[in-house]
Amino acid sequence: MENVHMEASHHAHGEPSFSTKTIWRTFWILLIITCIELTIGMFIAPHFHSLKLMFNILYIFLTLIKAFYIVAEFMHLRHELKNLLMTIVVPLFLFVWFVAAFLWDGNSYKNLRNDYDPYKKEQSHIKVEKQESHEEPAVKHGEKE
Amino acid sequence: MATALPVQQKWWSGGRSPFNVEYGKLMMWYFLMSDAFTFGAFLISYGTIRFSSNGWPDPNVVFSSFPLMGHAHLPLVFVSLMTFILIMSSVTMVLAVASGHNNDRAGVMKWMIWTIIGGLAFLSCQAWEWTHLYTEGAWWGSNPFVNFDGSKASTNFTNFFFTITGFHGFHVFSGVIINIIMLIMTYKGVFDKRGHYNMIEKAGLYWHFVDLVWVFVFTCFYLF
Repeated sequence: MENVHMEASHHAHGEPSFSTKTIWRTFWILLIITCIELTIGMFIAPHFHSLKLMFNILYIFLTLIKAFYIVAEFMHLRHELKNLLMTIVVPLFLFVWFVAAFLWDGNSYKNLRNDYDPYKKEQSHIKVEKQESHEEPAVKHGEKE
Repeated sequence: MATALPVQQKWWSGGRSPFNVEYGKLMMWYFLMSDAFTFGAFLISYGTIRFSSNGWPDPNVVFSSFPLMGHAHLPLVFVSLMTFILIMSSVTMVLAVASGHNNDRAGVMKWMIWTIIGGLAFLSCQAWEWTHLYTEGAWWGSNPFVNFDGSKASTNFTNFFFTITGFHGFHVFSGVIINIIMLIMTYKGVFDKRGHYNMIEKAGLYWHFVDLVWVFVFTCFYLF
């Protein structure tokens, strides 16, 4: 590691090297979280439609953990100087407002339209008859209830 | 500043790089940050439209096929395979970067080749998935799937799906090209002459970012 940054004097401290052990630990964490998400998505969530919001919050939580491990360990950001870390992470907090404001707006638009255009609301709840049978069972409603 | 300041580092008083990274790596980080906002804008517009709709298709019904398995109903199995491939290729990339830190040319080459194979495998999977959805009648402007409650869905779902996974797939494709260039440069000994493998690290940052975006695309399209 010392000889890596020979000509670059500002690298005098060097950076902590990647340890193979940490890499594989991160891999297992990512894999296990993905397996948990898939198990919930495939086997658990389809049986509890009323709890959809709870499951979505759980997915967001698990996704953020995965994102943290990818950025911190694989992209090595955790081992960079705090100065650098802050210039990258702080602007990303804009997303908090960004997500909240836009989803709120979308939801409000739906409610307004349903209030003022009952015909369209009615139309949007008419079930499609299954006359157009695609040869694939993709439009089958096996998992509905 | 010639005097060492071991206790209280004065990063901003001049004489040293306050970020302690080379220019190219810093700019790669800022590029990725701006790219994160691009993908964020895509996914948030998807979310806004979904929140403003009375119904939306069920991913467990839409994404339920697997190659060579015919009509078997296997929800999310194929996308789990794709996710696994991408996480795995991120691991091989980070191992390539670690070999680069040790100036181990053979190690870098070995892990770069695995990373490229992983990238190509992911792209092949995506090509199959797109083709499959296309034969089912899904494309920009055409949506054969019905909503959760059985009502007719708009084309918003397919439009967003193909645009966002397409944009991500294009990033993966660019990443594979970059990795191939890095492999050729490694093979020719360019980095040995330079004395460091920093370029592998920068390519690695890009590749991990592609993996990072997939984590969010996966959650937004396949789980919600």
